[in-house]
Amino acid sequence: MTQISMVVNGTAMTRDVADPTLLVDFLRNDLRLTGTHVGCDTSQCGACLVHVNGLAVKSCTMFAREAQDAEVATIEGQATAGGQLNAIQQAFQTHHGLQCGFCTPGMIMATAALLQDNPKPTEDQIRNYLEGNFCRCTGYHNIVKAVFSASGQDVALIAAE
Amino acid sequence: MYPFEITSPLTIDAAVEALENEEAQPLAGGQTLIPTLKARLAMPEVLVSLTGIKELQSIAVRDGQICVGAGVTHANLAKQTAQYPALAALAADIGDPAVRNRGTIGGSLANNDPAACYPAAALGSGATIVTNTRAIAADDYFLAMFETALEEGEIITEVRFPMPKAAHYAKFAQPASRFALVGVFVAQFVDGVRVAVTGASEEGVFRWLDAETALSQAFSAQALGGLTVPPEGMMGDIHGSSDYRAHLITVLTKRAVIAAG
Repeated sequence: MTQISMVVNGTAMTRDVADPTLLVDFLRNDLRLTGTHVGCDTSQCGACLVHVNGLAVKSCTMFAREAQDAEVATIEGQATAGGQLNAIQQAFQTHHGLQCGFCTPGMIMATAALLQDNPKPTEDQIRNYLEGNFCRCTGYHNIVKAVFSASGQDVALIAAE
Repeated sequence: MYPFEITSPLTIDAAVEALENEEAQPLAGGQTLIPTLKARLAMPEVLVSLTGIKELQSIAVRDGQICVGAGVTHANLAKQTAQYPALAALAADIGDPAVRNRGTIGGSLANNDPAACYPAAALGSGATIVTNTRAIAADDYFLAMFETALEEGEIITEVRFPMPKAAHYAKFAQPASRFALVGVFVAQFVDGVRVAVTGASEEGVFRWLDAETALSQAFSAQALGGLTVPPEGMMGDIHGSSDYRAHLITVLTKRAVIAAG
């Protein structure tokens, strides 16, 4: 067991964990932050996507120890404490950018990372950026619309499909 | 995963010392190694994490070469090597954004996956792979699929890329994995052209010497004429037969030459 410390959604956390503990298991099992999901567990689907020091990473493919002293952001930190959705979450709701919702935490966190780097992405840039996030329900179109809307752009510019 | 310990040295020397343990294995970005451990295809007793070593993080231009620390992620390389646009573009198209934020050039070259992109850039550029003990020319480094000239306990510290007059990497991405079904890196130097092919051969990345000769005489897609690579020795699987991969090599080489201009 090794003691590790990191700041998760603004709160300092310290726990003893076994070295092979994955970041996603640390978040879900040790911190009980179960909004971050395990989809494929093979770093393809992106349901486990969180931010480590501001960068999008797949938390199923990183050891918790590697996030020592890091700032980690998960889906739980996106809405306000009072439950007010942030602009990205609200856009996903408004444009129905989900069906079952399993991939949504990863989609929201990926979108947040995209908009940090590129505040007004084109449709192609959105689709390209989200290629590591799988959704098996929506066909992606409403997700792309939601991201477009969250970036303050007019979704009418996206062709209906 | 089988149980193991992780140690996180802060210097190259400390990492090399930790790797003297025969049961230790280096951990770079982990984008290949962690899935491998999950599948129980590796059973190290100790993982020596290289991500905390600042010496491995630099990118600098020295003697006309771009020198990239082994721990530089694909995302950082894509952002910070504007002097070599073909290399930056290759890095920007590996995997997906989250994978690019963790995966490193040193990890990719040490693993030498037969469908990885960086081996094509290193071999196509005539790069030098620098380790804690020596400098290895790319021509001597890639031995076979998942096999390199690295000795036990030896770690890559830096990769030095000579900068060509023109270059381009043309990749036909396997749609699910984003690895190269076939990828061709073409680089035109003052003294000749290099063509490196990944994703195709059962032996891993290789130079297409006939194409190099033709392109060194005239750097144009037409110069390749009817040149083809025989399908014998090419990989064949559900994603593409050996004939198809061989065919793609010619197509992608022409595209790379046209794009490199």
